[in-house]
Amino acid sequence: MQQLWLIPCLPLVGFLLLVLGHGRCSRSVARLVGVGSVAMAGLVTLWVALDFYSAGAAQSYQVQLWPWFNAGTLEVSFGLYLDGLSLSMLFVITGVGSLIHWYASGYMWQDPDYQRFFAYMNLFVAAMLTLVLADNLVLLFLGWEGVGLCSFLLIGFWHQDPANGYAARKAFVVTRVGDTAFAIGLFLLFRELGTLDLPTIMALAPEQFVMGANRPTLIAALLLAGAVGKSAQLPLHTWLPDAMAGPTPVSALIHAATMVTAGVYLIARTHEVFLQAPDVLLVVAFIGLFTLLISGFTALNQTDIKRVLAYSTMSQIGYMFFALGVGAWNESVFHLMTHALFKALLFMTAGSIILAMHHEQDIRSMGGLRRQLPVPFWCFVIGSACLVALPPTSGFFSKEAILIASWQLPGYGPWLWLGGVLGAFITAMYSFRLLFMVFFGPQKAHPHEPKGWQFHPPLMILGALSLVAGWFVLPTATVLPASPAGHPPTWTIVVAIAMPLLGIGIAYKVYVRHQWQGLRFVQWQKLRQFLFQGWGFDGMYKRLLLTPFTTLAQVNRNDMIDGLPKLLIQLSRFLHGLFSQLQNGQLRFYIATLASAAIIVLALALKVL
Amino acid sequence: MDSQYIDHAMVLAGILFCLGLVGVMVRRNLLFMMISIEVMLNAAGLAFIAAGSAWGQPEGQIMFLAVITLGAAEVAVGLGLTLLLFRHHNSVNVDQLNQLRG
Repeated sequence: MQQLWLIPCLPLVGFLLLVLGHGRCSRSVARLVGVGSVAMAGLVTLWVALDFYSAGAAQSYQVQLWPWFNAGTLEVSFGLYLDGLSLSMLFVITGVGSLIHWYASGYMWQDPDYQRFFAYMNLFVAAMLTLVLADNLVLLFLGWEGVGLCSFLLIGFWHQDPANGYAARKAFVVTRVGDTAFAIGLFLLFRELGTLDLPTIMALAPEQFVMGANRPTLIAALLLAGAVGKSAQLPLHTWLPDAMAGPTPVSALIHAATMVTAGVYLIARTHEVFLQAPDVLLVVAFIGLFTLLISGFTALNQTDIKRVLAYSTMSQIGYMFFALGVGAWNESVFHLMTHALFKALLFMTAGSIILAMHHEQDIRSMGGLRRQLPVPFWCFVIGSACLVALPPTSGFFSKEAILIASWQLPGYGPWLWLGGVLGAFITAMYSFRLLFMVFFGPQKAHPHEPKGWQFHPPLMILGALSLVAGWFVLPTATVLPASPAGHPPTWTIVVAIAMPLLGIGIAYKVYVRHQWQGLRFVQWQKLRQFLFQGWGFDGMYKRLLLTPFTTLAQVNRNDMIDGLPKLLIQLSRFLHGLFSQLQNGQLRFYIATLASAAIIVLALALKVL
Repeated sequence: MDSQYIDHAMVLAGILFCLGLVGVMVRRNLLFMMISIEVMLNAAGLAFIAAGSAWGQPEGQIMFLAVITLGAAEVAVGLGLTLLLFRHHNSVNVDQLNQLRG
């Protein structure tokens, strides 16, 4: 495992090569470096994994590369930490990442900024790998901010359009809210435990903290706020739909497969802290539940193919948070993995459709595409089947396990389960609404399918992986606590399987058979608008935060605080004007002043005497 | 001289001083201002003489000599300046010579 450091370094070297050679290297060289570095990192991951498994289960590996900085008792180093959880994340990032890079090398071929695109993508992968391999929270935070930066750069990649720049800024600022809380959480954690080294924290947290006390609750809540911002959960989720302004491979890599799941990784990584704060864990579950329901309903009313997928991503990450909250840690990471596969597949397929439709993203102007685009069609079917958790696809295994675990939770368990099942029903509705509207019905356009070795093979590989990933076993069981044992009643499993089928059936009736048109769109115009705009969160933030802020800024245009120093300036300027009136060059005035002053002085002197 | 005359001499000196002062203040012509200053100097000199005579001391006369010397020097410098100013500005009106205002 000595070669572990190569994994984040390879994409970083790729980034440096692309940046230094900007304007000098050709597209094919950029493609070779950009895709090659991530693929190499993937191969090194396999090598490391072989070592890891051959060394036996239940172990972790920590390596200190070099010290970063020391301040008082805080010693931060560039150190890597490998255990089952980070290894699982490595698989997702390098595996799915290489396929997406491969696909992007074809998707972005016509773009004039091909080299810049791959430079950013490589930097992103390097930052993400740093995030998951970090052995201390400061280095993790470095990777965390690094992926945020790359997300910003890539959302605004086509910066010629101001709307894209706005979306990029929005993503950056909204996630920064969570990041600030995260940073404060780190400070508190350091104050309480005296270290930010992850294995040490995991060992110390159960000893030092009293379960349910204020300290762990506060720290866990602050860490949760960071995770919520990064993973686009309520209430910091508004940036993700707008982030779809970036190129589609970016959406697949950053805003579906890897970066947005960093919040899930963070909570799983610091699970010992969260276990000491059961209240926060319950909040995690409810945040997940509300996010998955709200974004599910919103996805049902979207018309942009990428926005549907964005809301669906939020909803699936909601399932992961839900799973974390109910104590199904392993299932959550498992769902993270399967979701990365099938959502990357869906996004890349959507990218192929968008290219074929000449950059048209409105699903209302698509239709009947299944004959013209057979490969994307079948890949989309596979992806949707996974998304709605049809047996025996990978999504079924992960989501079913989450629902089972949620039923077991004492107290709110059955209610959470009910919400989760309702979410599964809505997931089926919106996924198959999308599928039916794009691929079925009358043909409305003449697509030109992008063909070639960059388009079909990555889709097919991901499709195959999505189908079989349910049988994968992630090595997380040694790291994360096991989910509650026991079996829920059989009828709950039957219902959980039946709900998606019911959703698909209704979607088929409405969008293929064109019956039950009452369900097609929500009939009440205002409600439809409300759902279309994502439950009015943007408007609420605008009214609650933006408008007061801009109004204040408008009112305080001249800066009230500056008034005091400015008053001083004005006073001295006034006195200056007053006294310079005396200096008027009139000799007779001077004499008169002199004489009158002399008289006054004399008069005073006489009076005193 | 009797000490009773000192009052009269002082009043005269005061009147002369005030006349000179008023002359300096109200006259615009630089030459007349210098004449008024001369009047003020002589008023001061008169006061010294009177005081010295009243107390029977010689210092009053010594001071008057100093005042006259001072006045002669002042006139010498002042007239020279006035002459130059007149050449430069073609005027001896002191209100027009206000280039040194703040």
